[in-house]
Amino acid sequence: MQLTNRSKVVVKKEMSFVEKLYLPAIFSGLSITIKHLFKKKATLRYPEVTREFAPVYRGMHVLKRDEQGRENCTACGLCAVACPAEAITMDAAERQKGEEYLYREEKYAAKYEINMLRCIYCGLCEEACPKDAIYLTDRIVPSEYSRGKFVFGKDVLVENIDERIDISKRKKSYKID
Amino acid sequence: MSVLIFKVILIVIIFLISLGLAAYATYGERKVAAFLQDRIGPDRAGPFGLLQPIADGVKMFLKEEIIPTVSDKFLFILGPSLFMVTALMTSAVIPWGTPMEFGGVTYHLQVADINIGILYVLGVVSLGVYGIMLGGWSSNNKYALLGAIRASSQMISYELAMGMSVIAVLLISDGSLSLNAIVEGQKGLNWNVFYQPLAALIFIITAFAECNRTPFDLPESESELIGGYHTEYSSMKLGLYLFAEYINMFISSAIISSLFFGGYNFPGLEYLQTVLPTNLVSLISFGAFFTKILFFIFFFMWVRWTIPRFRYDQLMRLGWQVLMPLAIINVLITGAVVTFFGN
Repeated sequence: MQLTNRSKVVVKKEMSFVEKLYLPAIFSGLSITIKHLFKKKATLRYPEVTREFAPVYRGMHVLKRDEQGRENCTACGLCAVACPAEAITMDAAERQKGEEYLYREEKYAAKYEINMLRCIYCGLCEEACPKDAIYLTDRIVPSEYSRGKFVFGKDVLVENIDERIDISKRKKSYKID
Repeated sequence: MSVLIFKVILIVIIFLISLGLAAYATYGERKVAAFLQDRIGPDRAGPFGLLQPIADGVKMFLKEEIIPTVSDKFLFILGPSLFMVTALMTSAVIPWGTPMEFGGVTYHLQVADINIGILYVLGVVSLGVYGIMLGGWSSNNKYALLGAIRASSQMISYELAMGMSVIAVLLISDGSLSLNAIVEGQKGLNWNVFYQPLAALIFIITAFAECNRTPFDLPESESELIGGYHTEYSSMKLGLYLFAEYINMFISSAIISSLFFGGYNFPGLEYLQTVLPTNLVSLISFGAFFTKILFFIFFFMWVRWTIPRFRYDQLMRLGWQVLMPLAIINVLITGAVVTFFGN
């Protein structure tokens, strides 16, 4: 079956005199390489320029807050159960009086840790979450020097009130059902 | 200003240019390689990565220097030094531009206009084999030795064809061996390459072999011999080898340009000489010569990223069974034409 029309039929024949000179072949090779000199480069200068990710890209997690800046997570543990890599651990706590502006419901996650080295970025935690709390984003997990630093706690995962992480693209691609 | 002082200044300038160009040729090689492969190449050190050679040089100097205990220490150190010295020596006979004039005295832009210029070049170039051979042999390492043997046999076989192709040029340029005379004889666009295309082709091919450049880089062949003759070298001694190789490339380009592509000549030089001051014309001609040299250095790199390496037997076959007879036939035909039809 012919897949492309670039394939060449190989014939074992005596080379003609011109072919034996090799020079035409060398010059055509040179012309091919010189054409590449002017081609658009595939490389991106990474830290300065980043490649655009697909909307379905699954990168570092974020723990969302609601419109009033309260944490969505209620520490139900469904994400931890769903996680095939067992990367998520959490401790639940009861919301005290006066903490209503911090947590949306009576129960919240006092500790929420994801081991980024265990995580396989499958997105099942996101699918399991009934509270719209955890999402995977298009951010890349930063590199670290020790393994311990890859256990991300709430300080890294929860989004800042004034610095919301945009997940609308991901939500759109995700909530089709 | 006496001629001696002028020559010393010229030598220092050429020395600095050779070293600077060799340093930037490493950068250029990486850039050309990257561009030909749709990449960007080094661009972190300084604007466009222009400080990369300096960073590399500092790195080379700071690396630990290792001399194998089983090596012959004297020869081990002599190897890279000799290679570097021979690489730098060749530049002495190259005419860099039209003569300059200071206070009514004419100074030639050539360190030494010896009447056997091209013979001197061939002689010094063949001395360069010693640098490789000594380095490879004294390392007491089989890969280094293999690389060195390959290098010397390759250089010896290609030198013959190289010499023969030069003879054809000498036949049409009144038989003078002085490079200055050869360049002077190619005024305007009267370049030897148009009269001796075959000799030019053979010379360029053999120059690639003499410089150990792809497709003739068997002495190094990173993929089989772990670097060949300089496997055991580290620190600046390795740096010297790599450096000298780029200087060789620079000198080869200079000799190719002056033998076949008119040296510092370009169409319109005579006219400029009548209207502009002598020293300015001299600098312009130097610029023209340099442009040609840079083109050939680029050509060296361009070919490197186009053609794969030869197999060893193919290399020997090409040298002895193709280039040698071709060069001899070329000499015979040129000789016959010169004898029977004059110039």
